[in-house]
This record gives sequence, structure tokens and C-alpha cells, in this order.
Amino acid sequence: MSLYEQLGGETAVNAAVDIFYRKVLADDRISAFFEDVDMERQAASQKAFLTYAFGGPNHYSGKEMRAAHAHLVAHGLNNDHFNAVAGHLQATLQELNAPPELIAQVMAIAASTHDDVLNL
Amino acid sequence: MPLLHFQAQSYECTGNETVLESLTKQGVPIPSSCRSGVCQTCLMRAVSGAAPVAAQAGLKPTLAVQGYFLACLCKPQQDMEIALAGEDVAPRTPATVVAKQRLNADTLRLSLRCHHPFDYYAGQFAHLVRPDGLVRSYSLASPPDKAGGIEFHVRHLHDGAMSNWIHEALQPGDTVEVAGPYGNCFYTPGAAERNLLLIGTGSGLAPLFGIVTDALRQNHFGAIHLYHGSRKPGGLYLVDELRRLAAAHSNFHYVPCVSAEAQEGFRCGRAAEVALTDSKELKGSIVYLCGHPEMVKVTKKRVFLAGVSMRDIYADPFVLSPSA
Repeated sequence: MSLYEQLGGETAVNAAVDIFYRKVLADDRISAFFEDVDMERQAASQKAFLTYAFGGPNHYSGKEMRAAHAHLVAHGLNNDHFNAVAGHLQATLQELNAPPELIAQVMAIAASTHDDVLNL
Repeated sequence: MPLLHFQAQSYECTGNETVLESLTKQGVPIPSSCRSGVCQTCLMRAVSGAAPVAAQAGLKPTLAVQGYFLACLCKPQQDMEIALAGEDVAPRTPATVVAKQRLNADTLRLSLRCHHPFDYYAGQFAHLVRPDGLVRSYSLASPPDKAGGIEFHVRHLHDGAMSNWIHEALQPGDTVEVAGPYGNCFYTPGAAERNLLLIGTGSGLAPLFGIVTDALRQNHFGAIHLYHGSRKPGGLYLVDELRRLAAAHSNFHYVPCVSAEAQEGFRCGRAAEVALTDSKELKGSIVYLCGHPEMVKVTKKRVFLAGVSMRDIYADPFVLSPSA
């Protein structure tokens, strides 16, 4: 069974997206990057990201990931912010009682986006 | 082999292909990203012919009932006429003014009769087109009726080209053009037991009044709380009508709010503040927010953080057009 299936597929993503986005918005260190963005579009992006991190079906490329974050990097998005978001992802999975070995796999996928997100 | 009718051309959709694959292969660029039904970038709309239910997975109910679907998930079973999500495919109809009724010092109810059938959900909005071509959007404040009657609440704005004209020049018997409907802020059946929270300022009451009327007509039995706010009591309207409606329906609660001064019979404070103070448990509620853009934006975030799911928040910020 794939990581995505083990986590519970689309149902798991749907459960995770509101929890994850809520944590991100409530965090003063990073919430500024999410202001003035249409919340529904933002939630759709979060869902796409979570599907990718959960090992689900996706066609995302590093190029798209770079383009999507370039304007945020221009506004100061840095390593600390990346780590804060990663922390919320981990906490979301823990809240959903995902097994630690699956959480580790998700975190590894998320970490692999680091250079693209920060346009390094 | 099903045919896709798109932007005045026809395309064959072969074998097991999705709409996205088929159009892309035939040189028609459709915005897309994940191609797996997640990101919703390839959102399209069936103008005629039903979209397969499987192609509507994850869409808000208000989008699904209007025929929106995801091109990357859609394997057509029959011919479809389709459009991009942002494309304006709304029909137009002439409409004759039936009545103008004053609701408060600067708001009136404009009742029109459409010449051609005009389908919509109360809470959506329409474009009203003046004979010289000036266009403004107004919310549809009443559920559709068989005779083609529609209602708008029009607030008289200082320097408002259209509202000046509607308030001062437009007369019963005159004909305008109406295009629409547009928007995704309305009531959908299927969740009659859930709580509805509606918060509006100024003429943001118009869509909310339509949504409440529609929900009660469809026997919604979960609690419905409507908070309408203005600075002073004179800025509110339909107060007596809404109080009568609340007296007639035990599950409907109407809370008029004024923020400038304490007044007997009104709650003191901004509508959103009063509503959030009153609402102890928002998780599981469906929320509608209409009116002042800043109120809508801030409250959207607050109710989401308070536990309302993103797919259960419907918002209609009233952005004013620059004066002519």
C-alpha cells in the first residue's frame, strides 16, 4: 500500500487541510504571508500541497513550486518560516493520530520542497 | 463518441479521455495544474448537459448545483456544452419595473418582472443594465417566483451613478435589462439540520434576506441566526418584517445591531462582534457573510479559526464601483 493509501487518501487530506490551514493562519510568525490572499484559493493550494506531501496523485513540478513562492521570497520568506510551516504539518498529522513512521515519510517529502519553496 | 461544445467549436472526446485531456490534445489550452482533482485549477461549467457527479468531487455544493465540474476528472457520457469557470455565459432578459418601495432613508426595494424565464438562487446577484449601458451588480433578495418577479435592495450612494438614477429617475413601467445570475452565496438543500449563521451590514441584508426566506421555505430546521448591523437604527431596514418572521419560526433568530449608540430593542455593537460573542460553538455551522468588504474578510478568518470548515463559509463582499 502506498503512503497515500496508508494515511487514508483523500479523506485524510480533507480532514487535514482545515486543521493545517488554521494553524498556519493563527501563527503570527507566518500569517502575514497569507493575508490579502483569497482564502478559498489558498485552501485549494494547501490541499494540493498536502496531497503531494501525503504521497498522493499529483503533477507538481519544482518549477511551479518556485513560481508560486517567488513573490513571498521577495517579501522575506525564509528558512524560519519554512520550518514553522513544517512544524504545523507535523502537528496536524499528530492531531489526526497518524503513525510516527508515516509522519516521518510525509516530513521527508515536505523537506524535499525546501529549496524550491525558498527559490534557492 | 460524446461531443464537447466549447467557445463556438465542437470537439470529439474519444475513448476514456477526460475533458482536459481531450481539449489539450486538440490544441485548446485549459488552465490546469495537478490534473488529479485536487487543486481545482481546471474548474469548468456545464452550460447544458449534466456534468458527471464523479467530476464534481470536492466542489462546494453551490458550485455543483450550478453545473461546475473539474475538467481533469470529467469523462463525458453524453454531449456537453461547456465553458471556462470565469466565462460569462449568463443569459440576459429585459425586465419591467413593477414597484419601488422605500425601506429606510437611503435604501429602496426595486421589484421587477423579467420578460423571459430567469433562474437563480436567492442570494446570488445579477447585473442591472441601464439603457445607456451602465452596469451595476445587485443581490437577488427574494427566491424565484413563477411569474418572473425579482427584487433588489438598492442603497442610494453619494455619487452613485446607477443608484442615483434608480432612486430618482427610474419609474414603474420602465424597462431595464438584467443579466445573471452570478455568485455562489446561497442556500443549498441537503443539510436541513445544520445551524446557519448569517452576518450582514447595510444592504448586505439583501442576499441574507433571500437566503433566510429560501431556507425557511425549504423547511430548514436547524437554528438560523441572522445578525444585521448598521451604525444607527435608521440604517437598518425590514426590521418589523424580520421580527414577524422570527415570531413565526421558532428556529429563526433575528438580531438587529447598532454600533454608534445603545438603543432599546437593538443590540449594541458591530454585527460581527455581537454574533461572535453570542456564538459559543461554531464548529459544524454554515456561515454567510455579506456587506462591507473589511467586515467580510476579517470575519471569514475569525469564523474559520473558530472551527467552521472553509467549504461551509459563503461570502459576498460588496465592493463599490468607482463613481462615474
